[in-house]
Amino acid sequence: MIEIKNLTKEFDGKLVLADINTTFHKGVVNMIIGKSGSGKTVLLKCLVGLISPTSGEIWYDSRKFTGMKSREIRRLRRDIGMLFQGAALFDSRTVLENVMFPLEMFSRKNKRERRKRAEFCLERVNLSEAATLYPSEISGGMKKRVAIARAIALNPKYLFCDEPNSGLDPKTSQLIDELIQDITTDFGMTTVVVSHDMNSVINIGDNVIFINEGIKEWEGSKAEVMDADNEKLNDFVFASDLFKKIKEAEEIISEDENQEKMNK
Amino acid sequence: MKFIRSLEDIGEYALLMRRVLSVPDRMREFVKEFMKGVYTLGVNSIWIVIIISFFIGAVIVLQIALNIDSPLLPRFTVGVVSREIILLEFSSTIMCLILSGKVGSNVASEIGTMRITEQIDALDIMGVNSANYLILPKIASFVAFMPVLVIFSMFMGLFGGYIICMVLGTPSVETYVYGIQAFFRESFVWYSIVKSMLFGFIIASVAAYFGYTAKGGALEVGAASTNSVVINSVLILVTDLLFTQLALG
Repeated sequence: MIEIKNLTKEFDGKLVLADINTTFHKGVVNMIIGKSGSGKTVLLKCLVGLISPTSGEIWYDSRKFTGMKSREIRRLRRDIGMLFQGAALFDSRTVLENVMFPLEMFSRKNKRERRKRAEFCLERVNLSEAATLYPSEISGGMKKRVAIARAIALNPKYLFCDEPNSGLDPKTSQLIDELIQDITTDFGMTTVVVSHDMNSVINIGDNVIFINEGIKEWEGSKAEVMDADNEKLNDFVFASDLFKKIKEAEEIISEDENQEKMNK
Repeated sequence: MKFIRSLEDIGEYALLMRRVLSVPDRMREFVKEFMKGVYTLGVNSIWIVIIISFFIGAVIVLQIALNIDSPLLPRFTVGVVSREIILLEFSSTIMCLILSGKVGSNVASEIGTMRITEQIDALDIMGVNSANYLILPKIASFVAFMPVLVIFSMFMGLFGGYIICMVLGTPSVETYVYGIQAFFRESFVWYSIVKSMLFGFIIASVAAYFGYTAKGGALEVGAASTNSVVINSVLILVTDLLFTQLALG
């Protein structure tokens, strides 16, 4: 579980995150959604310590992350896996070597065991056949899957994903979403996904937080997103024609059902 | 404003070096990266060192032979002066100025590209001391390989002079060989090696600093690479002046 208490971030006096309070639960996919420039990536970077918040607290279970010494942060980060927007694979290493990297740095396993674990992680993301290829030789979707395999190599407690579906076709996006969902439940991780893809929200968003201009506007489950009574959230969700039509269809179905009940 | 920015840069560089100069997380990985650095930064620079040293050595001998054509000076002076120039300045300072272009831009662009593609962030998130993991092996391998490059450069410079004497015959090969052995001081070789190792540290660390702190996109990586070469060149020249005064003055 990750708790955020009164988190604020300013850049040169400009407020980017204002007094954010929330809890990310274990074993579910927690999604941060919002328009581009709303502050969701800044929030994610504050969570993993790539940016220091101006004020507020972040707690990883019982460990207070804000104010930790760099040595302690590095120790905590061994419990963190992160999937970057561009995958951030090491160009000079093969797919298998990329997945083996965190094991080589921090695991006490011998070489054979490290290799076995890396092969298991690659198998988990259905990429065993790409083990000997370099990142430049694989597609964007495959890169994301390798990055997921690398992120789970050390059995992390927390998984962070920054725009996991950006630049991917709908089918590959769905595959990545399912993978994130399965991994979260299988390994009981606290997963935080930053996205502006509404399909992902509907697919895997167990707990959804909507941020607008640095302010947490709404929080709820994926089932509640469509019927939420929040104008800004509705503007965001129904910006897509597809979701407008889904909403209209739902309303028509609901009216028909009511009519049927009345007739009966 | 520029002055304040420069002071900030010095402070940032010092803080980065504090992170770089610490015990590696995994010695095995450090050795692996060190060996990679020896090959990419050192071994891959041998050819450029050989070619440049050979021709510059030949030109130095040619210029000196043409310009000190006096009956008051013995002809072996050409060998003595050429040797001192090659040993004291060319093989360390001038060679390092050239290497700051090749190695400096290589280090700055490699680390800069890793920065903008979030590979350094990925290392940090894993709990790796990214500065130490990426920069220390590069500095250590380049500094360790520097004496090899300097010795190659010295031999090739003197060999270039030998060939020019053989081709033109003035001074004769025997006189040149006598000259390069006359009044020889071994300490000059050590002076040159120590100086070049210091330059090696400057080249690798300054280039790594510019790469590590690069922000933005490909354009900024290019700028980081250019800045590293410019700053390295200035630092090498200033350090050369100070080191020469301290060591030989």
